[in-house]
Amino acid sequence: MKVTRILIWLPLALFAILLVVVATGIVKPGDRTIHSRMVGKPLPAFTLKPMVANKPGLSPQGFREGGPRLLNVFATWCIPCIAEAPELMELKRRGVAIDAVAVRDTPGDVRKFLARHGDPYARIGDDAKGEVQLEIGSSGVPETFVIDGQGKIAMQHIGAIRRDDIPDIMAALERAK
Amino acid sequence: MIAEAGLAALWIAAALALLQLALAVTGIRFDRDDLSAAIRPVAIAQGVLTALAMLLLIAVFTRSDMSVLLVAENSNSMKPMIYKIAGAWGNHEGSMLLWVTILGIAGGAVALFEKRLEPRTLTATLGAQALIAMGFYAFLLISSNPFARIWPPPADGQGLNPLLQDPGLAFHPPTLYFGYVGLSVAFSFAVGALVMRDVGPAFARAMRPWVLGAWIFLTLGITAGSYWAYYELGWGGWWFWDPVENASLMPWLAATALLHSVTVLATRDGLRAWTIMLAVVAFSMSMIGTFLVRSGILTSVHSFAVDPERGTFILALLAIYIGGALALFGWRIGTVRAGNTFELVSREAGLVANNLLLSVMLGIVLIGTLYPLVAQAMGVQLSVGKPFFDKTVGPFALVLVALLYAGPLLRWRRDRVQAVFNRLTVPIAIAALAIAGIFVLAPRAGILPTLGLGLAAGLAAASVAPLWKRDLRRTPLFTYGMVVAHLGVAVSLAGMASDSAFTVERLVAVRVGQAVQVGPYSVTLKGLKPAVGENWSAIEGVLEAQRGDGAPFPMGPQQRFFSAPPTVTNEAAIKTVFDGQLYTTLGDADGQGRRQLRLWWKPFVTLIWLGGGLIALGGLLSLLGRLLRETRSARRARKRAREEADWGEEAWT
Repeated sequence: MKVTRILIWLPLALFAILLVVVATGIVKPGDRTIHSRMVGKPLPAFTLKPMVANKPGLSPQGFREGGPRLLNVFATWCIPCIAEAPELMELKRRGVAIDAVAVRDTPGDVRKFLARHGDPYARIGDDAKGEVQLEIGSSGVPETFVIDGQGKIAMQHIGAIRRDDIPDIMAALERAK
Repeated sequence: MIAEAGLAALWIAAALALLQLALAVTGIRFDRDDLSAAIRPVAIAQGVLTALAMLLLIAVFTRSDMSVLLVAENSNSMKPMIYKIAGAWGNHEGSMLLWVTILGIAGGAVALFEKRLEPRTLTATLGAQALIAMGFYAFLLISSNPFARIWPPPADGQGLNPLLQDPGLAFHPPTLYFGYVGLSVAFSFAVGALVMRDVGPAFARAMRPWVLGAWIFLTLGITAGSYWAYYELGWGGWWFWDPVENASLMPWLAATALLHSVTVLATRDGLRAWTIMLAVVAFSMSMIGTFLVRSGILTSVHSFAVDPERGTFILALLAIYIGGALALFGWRIGTVRAGNTFELVSREAGLVANNLLLSVMLGIVLIGTLYPLVAQAMGVQLSVGKPFFDKTVGPFALVLVALLYAGPLLRWRRDRVQAVFNRLTVPIAIAALAIAGIFVLAPRAGILPTLGLGLAAGLAAASVAPLWKRDLRRTPLFTYGMVVAHLGVAVSLAGMASDSAFTVERLVAVRVGQAVQVGPYSVTLKGLKPAVGENWSAIEGVLEAQRGDGAPFPMGPQQRFFSAPPTVTNEAAIKTVFDGQLYTTLGDADGQGRRQLRLWWKPFVTLIWLGGGLIALGGLLSLLGRLLRETRSARRARKRAREEADWGEEAWT
């Protein structure tokens, strides 16, 4: 009898939880400026093999010379990544060097994705299990890091890059010089 | 004037909803059946007025009255007529008006046609329907007035998103909305039943046609939406697990479960509390889906404006309606007498398993859709993608399909395991043979697709098994409905599995004159030519496709450029043949005289939507069968009454 009583009120309790979750989503709309604990620290050691045949893979050495670069964490199965593709192309057009970590992806899918949505990347590392992604302090896709010329993480941008984010990113790249 | 008339109709309808609620409450509270009697005409009048408001909105769109803000923002005088009409619901305010209109029409239809329900339960049901309607009237009139004017009026409007300018899509939202909002009737029935403590077979029989009707629309809407995404977005996929798609899938899963549990309640008087719960959940999912889409709190390919104020408003409505119904459930369901019980191996148990599996799938889709929000609340941004849903929902769906073999062949109350297996020998043998055959012929098809194809083959046999050794002319129409719907599941599953196992895809950059092989077809780029439509211009790829030595035929995929608003879309060219589709899209030039082409050969992919259509057709046959049986038994009852009366007179004289 007791169990039935609890079961009867369970749906209302679950709905209350759902309501709280959704309400916080409205009250706190997409805060895109949360910094990971890795910001300000050098990139951890990692080696990622090349994702596609014609581009090199990724390691922290590549970020220690030639000025600041962007490191974009993306996946072909992520819809916001498609949304930010034109903005990455715009950044490339402005002369920004962009490298990428492709998370849980396959070479075939990445090739198709780049052919369809544009290819802003100089290097793409294959992070098949998302391990490197976690190590550099990223928990989702898409995310973009500004890495200064010494291989240190200067800024983290969480979520898709939108047109109005570009000035901030350009400023961060300028500061990181 | 037209816009003002529409606004007036909405206000009067809102006032009628208030009256309807007041009549229901006083009628039930003070046992005033004369007051309850007035509720039917009020509900019908409210339905007529909302329909009038929608028609008037369509009228201002067709006249391109740019002094109405909504028209100026979403339409354009150059647009073809069909898209001017569709433009009326292709935006936030208009689609909310459509929502309210269907809510009003559904309430009016219940008032007009519902004859079986206990009168007081009907009064409570219409009261609940009015209460829901009032919240959405308030939302529309306070924060989303579709008839607002703009001064001075602009010379022309901004146009409609070109992706939405497609004849298929023009009528996709209304279909889906009939499904979503039609479920409000089930919700109101449940509330009415809880208020009057009237849960039983008679109530279930009264509710069933309404649920079936809404479910048919939902099924059609989802099937059409899937096909639209397939050919319009040019990605070659047919389901993306996008939040908006999930928003339509969740009520469908709940309604499918409800459809099966309501049968147990109607036939065997079991699953009383569960059926009421599902009726509440189904419409709750519709409302949550609408909220997720409309508030813009989830990132989606279906772009809708983010508006926290509107989001908060709908959220408050959700809290009141869903929270209220669940609280009423907790408070009252203990006083509803427990229904009949059943054995572990029985039709009832099979339907319970069906319900559990559907509920688990619903839970997964809900959690997967909302997880990014939960993560965001904890300070993390992420998206849950197709891999998650495919891996989690897929296996449960296959188990459900396996269960579908046995379900319709089980007897009510109790059955023997051995007997069930005897009835299933042929389907299981077919499935096993098919799986073995695919494994030998196409070892690289993948585990889930191979299982899917095998299970689909066996299910095709199992789903027609209930007709085996029956007198086909005396079999009721609703049994045919069940058979056709289950066959539809098999057909659709076969299409999905075949698409993921055997699709051939080529992405190439070709010069004019170059040929590409894709599947059994050879496709040649013959040239490029300009094309013009009413409000777009395009570059069309002139392709020639040929299968083996067959006759070559032309195909013309386009890249379209729309002027208002400026947008580029890909228009796929698709050739459908009996064993699949050749799907072509035209990409960009690569600057070296070559053009990108994306080609797919998708064997039997059309079965996906054919199956969806069959499922809806099965629903329609069931609905007709139930209604037919009812009118017949009503006529028989009348005849018997008349005969008895005659006999009585004879005895008298």
